[in-house]
Amino acid sequence: MAASLPLIPRNRAIHPDSYDPGYKTSMSRAPELPLLSLDSTPSEETGPRFGHGTIGPLDNNLILNWTKGAAPAVGERILLHGRVMDEMGRPVPETLVEIWQANAGGRYRHVKDTYFAPFDPNFGGCGRTLTDADGYYQFMTIKPGAYPWPNRGNDWRPAHIHFSVFGHAFGQRLITQMYFEGDPLIARCPIVATIKDRGQIEQLVAPLDMAMAKPMDFLAYKFDIVLRGRRHTLFENRPEGM
Amino acid sequence: MVQKLDQLTETASQTAGPYVHIGCIPSFAGLEGIYPEDLGRSPIADGAMGTPITITGSVFDSTGWALRDALLETWQADAAGIYPGQPGADPAVSGFCRFAADGQSGLYTLQTIKPGPVTLPDGRVQAPHISVWIVARGINTGLSTRIYFEDEKNESDPVLSRIEQRPRVQTLIAQLTGGGAYRFDIRLRGEGETVFLDM
Repeated sequence: MAASLPLIPRNRAIHPDSYDPGYKTSMSRAPELPLLSLDSTPSEETGPRFGHGTIGPLDNNLILNWTKGAAPAVGERILLHGRVMDEMGRPVPETLVEIWQANAGGRYRHVKDTYFAPFDPNFGGCGRTLTDADGYYQFMTIKPGAYPWPNRGNDWRPAHIHFSVFGHAFGQRLITQMYFEGDPLIARCPIVATIKDRGQIEQLVAPLDMAMAKPMDFLAYKFDIVLRGRRHTLFENRPEGM
Repeated sequence: MVQKLDQLTETASQTAGPYVHIGCIPSFAGLEGIYPEDLGRSPIADGAMGTPITITGSVFDSTGWALRDALLETWQADAAGIYPGQPGADPAVSGFCRFAADGQSGLYTLQTIKPGPVTLPDGRVQAPHISVWIVARGINTGLSTRIYFEDEKNESDPVLSRIEQRPRVQTLIAQLTGGGAYRFDIRLRGEGETVFLDM
């Protein structure tokens, strides 16, 4: 069955360094010993699936979902859209995409966020949706603000949106962050800089997409996501060495 | 010149950060009501077959401090070793659970049923285990490991048998602390470091 096709081994060089002195918290939380690399098994090749019953009609609209449509959030209105694919370029349909973000002032609605930028009473900060049959997704939201964070003396996070994507296998699980074209803070961010491959950083920066922007209403940004692929060969699932 | 492979590169991971709960378990962050309920509150529904178990533990950094901001996800087979979505799977087992270390104590708790052994396509058998994925501030790419059980036959498990330094096998084995209760601590770095998997 398709759910048991092996996963392509992850290329760790295109992911961030786990230990990076520029991002101080990583220094006590990054494994020191090598990971144990093995072929995937059904434990990694299968994964949770979520149906349309899980998703409410406003779940992908962060401008309206906190107030259930009663009042819109403050900020630069944007459509965020893109496609989830695997490394072989195949669309990943019907998969859950979750996002979370700060409000337009750079404040998260979280018990641990003590930055003095005010809450927006009309903004919660999370959304979720399923990709369609071709792997496409869309969110309506506001552009989050940049904010300072305790790391080096004066570090600021560029405006960003956190993405959590499931794929169809637990071994495809990915959490990442999307940045906005033209933000001068990207080049100064120590969390961005944990990624050493410049091309991979560029893949996290969403371009302004005027073709999808609606006049007198919202701007648009496009962000495609690539998950681990599967090996499709005729020679799987035989006893070892045969 | 050669032909192009036409493959894409996986999107790079970034840390889930300290506010991961907003997106993944919003009621923990103080966003009650934005969804009817948090996703993955339990890996089982009423009527799930198998032995109920409770696993508690903490995720420790290299200084021995238990993380207060870790988010864990688990994925497991049913009592017969069949994964949800596979033919014959127990319909009362969703297999997926999502939970956070407690903001005060750093303890996590997982209540589920014990999974069965999983037979691989090549005939080898994996001992009962639960897959775990850990994200948090300071973890740049989510970490994968497995929970095995002290009271199961783990000797011929194909993953555990690949761990060269035999004492490290213990880092993947939950210790029985009472009837159906286990302790499983995760050490991210340094002494007693957990074996993390790249599979």
